[in-house]
Amino acid sequence: MSEPTRSQPPRQVSLMATCLADAFFDDVAVATVLVLEHLGCQVSFPEAQTCCAQPAFNAGDWLAARPVARHTLSVFRDAAAVVAPSGSCARMLSHGSLLLFEGEPDLAAAEELATRSWELSDFIVNGLGVRKWPGRLSQRVLFHASCHSRGTRYATAARTLLASIAGLELVEFREAEQCCGFGGTFSVNFPGVSHEMGALKLSHASEANANVLVSADMGCLMHLDGLGKRQGAPLRTRHLAQVLRDALEGVEATA
Amino acid sequence: MSEPVDRFALLQTRERRDSVRLGSKAGHEKRTATLFDDFQDPNKLRTLAGNIKQHTLDHLDGYLEQAAERLEANGAHVHFANDAERACEIVLGVLKRRGAKRLVKAKTMVSEEVALTPFLEHHGIECVETDLGEFVVQLSRDTPSHIVKPIIHKNRKEIARTFELEGLGPYDDTPEVITRRAREFLRKKYLAADAAVTGANFVSAESGRVVLVTNEGNSRFSLAATRCHIALVGIEKLVPSDRELGVFLNLLARSGTGQQLTVYTEFISGPRAATQADGPEEMHVVFLDNGRTAALASDCREILRCIRCGACLNVCPVYRQASGHAYRSVYPGPVGAVLTPLLAGERFSEFADLPRASSLCGACHEVCPVDIPIEDLLLRLRARGKREGIESPGAPSMGGWSQVAREPLAWKAALMSGRLLRYVPERLLPPSLQAWNQHHELPAFRGGAFRSWFRTRKSKS
Repeated sequence: MSEPTRSQPPRQVSLMATCLADAFFDDVAVATVLVLEHLGCQVSFPEAQTCCAQPAFNAGDWLAARPVARHTLSVFRDAAAVVAPSGSCARMLSHGSLLLFEGEPDLAAAEELATRSWELSDFIVNGLGVRKWPGRLSQRVLFHASCHSRGTRYATAARTLLASIAGLELVEFREAEQCCGFGGTFSVNFPGVSHEMGALKLSHASEANANVLVSADMGCLMHLDGLGKRQGAPLRTRHLAQVLRDALEGVEATA
Repeated sequence: MSEPVDRFALLQTRERRDSVRLGSKAGHEKRTATLFDDFQDPNKLRTLAGNIKQHTLDHLDGYLEQAAERLEANGAHVHFANDAERACEIVLGVLKRRGAKRLVKAKTMVSEEVALTPFLEHHGIECVETDLGEFVVQLSRDTPSHIVKPIIHKNRKEIARTFELEGLGPYDDTPEVITRRAREFLRKKYLAADAAVTGANFVSAESGRVVLVTNEGNSRFSLAATRCHIALVGIEKLVPSDRELGVFLNLLARSGTGQQLTVYTEFISGPRAATQADGPEEMHVVFLDNGRTAALASDCREILRCIRCGACLNVCPVYRQASGHAYRSVYPGPVGAVLTPLLAGERFSEFADLPRASSLCGACHEVCPVDIPIEDLLLRLRARGKREGIESPGAPSMGGWSQVAREPLAWKAALMSGRLLRYVPERLLPPSLQAWNQHHELPAFRGGAFRSWFRTRKSKS
C-alpha cells in the first residue's frame, strides 16, 4: 500500500491532539497550536475527538478498533487538513486505517481522510514547504526518529527543521534505526525485550552528551523517560513541537 | 504473563545475546554501507525487485509450468511435492534407485523445513552438511538460528569446543584452524558422496536455470564430485527470466552479507552435457509447496517474495535480543514471524504468538530487498489470531476502552473526572497503557488541560 498523494494543504487545520496529549502532555498540544499559528494557520480543535484507534488495531482486535476509527473518521469528516503532533497517530490515519477497513464499507472514507492527514513536521516541511525554522535555541539535541516515519516521504522532515534552527546542534544518535521498544502493547507483553531495547537507546543517549532528547512522538519519549527515571538516570525530553515553539520564543537552554 | 519469545530471550546467556546482537548489528551496518555506496537510490531497486517478485507470484501457475517444461527440456527431472513428507519421499526414491548411501548437502533452508536429514538418516543414508555454519550446527546437534548465518548464536570458543568433542582435533579457536579442519574433513566426504542436495536461490522460468550463491564454494564441490544433483526448491523461488537475475543478485549479496556479489554464483542449466568433462549425470528439481499456495491465497501473499537474505533479522531489535531459536522454526525473525504461522496450516494457533513478537517498528520493511510490508502482514496475522479466538497471554481486553473511545461524552467525562479526582481513569487509557503503568512511571495525569486552554483562549479572542 503506497503513500497517499497529496496536494498543497490549506491553512485551515484541524488539530488531532492525540490521546496522550489529551491525558498527559497538554503542553505538546499547546505548542503545536502556537507553531501552526505562527505559520499563519487557523487551528480548530474538534471537541468530539478521542483516539485514533491504534491500541486495539495493533493488538489485532479489529472489532474493537473499527468503531473507534469510524468515530475518528466522522470527527474529521469536514476537516480541510488534520495535523497530529505524533507520527504514530498520523500514520494510523494515513495508513493503518486503510488496512483496518480493507474490504469494509468505510474504506473510501478512510482513504479520503488519509490524503488529508499529516504528522506535524510533514505538514510544515512537505505540506507548507517551510524548510527553515526561525528563532534561536542554543541546545545540543539528540533526535529520536520515531518508527512511524520510516520509509515515508517525511522521514527526514523533523531533522530538517531542527537542523535549521540557529544555535541548535544535532548530535549523532548511534544505532538510530533501532526502535525504542515502546510499541504500545508490545512493551507490556514483551517486558524483557522492550526493556533491553530501551536500555540500548538510553546508553547511546548518555554517551551522546546532549542537553535534550527530542522526538515527534510522545509514546517513545514517555517510554524512555519512564525507563530513565527507573534507572535513576533521568533524561530531559522534549517534543518536537515544544522545541519549535521554544525556538520561536528564543528560549535559551536551561539544562 | 509475558509472551514465549520474551521468556526465551530472558533465558539467554549474556555471551549468546552478545553474539547474536553484535553479529546482526555488524551485518546490518555492512549491508547499508554496501548498498548506499554502490547505488544512488537503493530504495528504487528494492521497489523494482518487489514488483518483479510480486508479478511472478501473481502469475505463478504459468511460470511454474514454463519452468518445469524448460527444466525437462534441459534434461532435468521435475517433481512436485505438496508437503514435507512427499518431498522427503521423492528424494529418498531417487537415492534408493541409484543405490546412493552417502549424501552431501549444500546449505538449503528448504531441506531444514522438510526435515530431510533426520528422514534420510532414518533410512540409513549419511547426510553431511557442507556449509561451514551448517556443518557446525550438525556437529553440535543444534539447529540454525539465522537464515544466512546459521551459527550467529555461537562464538568461536563454542565452535572450538564442539570440534574438540567431535574428534576434529585438540581445542583451538583460531578461525583459520577451525576452517582448515572442516575443509579437510569435508573434502573426503565430497569425494565419497553419491549424490548432492542443494537448494536454489532462484530459478529462471524462461531458461530453466537454477541459480545458487555461496561463499565457500561448497555447492560447487558438491556438484563436481557427485553423479546426482537434487535441488529442493520452494515454488516461490521463480523469476520470469535470466534478465531479472541482475536485479536480484545485486540485491541478495548486498542485503545478506554486505558483499557486492557472493564469492560463487552458479548457473546450472541441467545435468552434465555430453560435451562437458564432469558434473552430475542426473539432475532432479523438486518444487515444494508445503503451505505456500495457501499463503499465496491469503492476505499475506507478499511474504512469498522473500529471497532469504536475512536483512530483516539483522536489523530487527527483537531478533537481536531473543535470537533465532526463540521463533521455534526454521525461519526466524520478522520474515519467520509471518511465514511460520502461514506455512503451519492447521497448526496456525501454535505459532500465532510470533506475529505479536514485534514492536511494529517496520525496520524489517525498510531493509527488505523485495519491499515486503512485513509490519502490515504482522498486523493482519494478529487480527487473524484474534478472529480465531487464540488467546494471547497477558493481553488485556480492549472492550471497555473501545466503548469509551467511540463515545466523545464518555471520553470527556473520563478526562475531567480523572483530573478532578487525581487518578488515571482506567477506562480512558488504552489497556496497553494501563498495564504499562504497572512497570513504568506514568507521567502526571492532566486530562482535559489542553481542552480548557484551547477553550479559554478562543473565548478571549
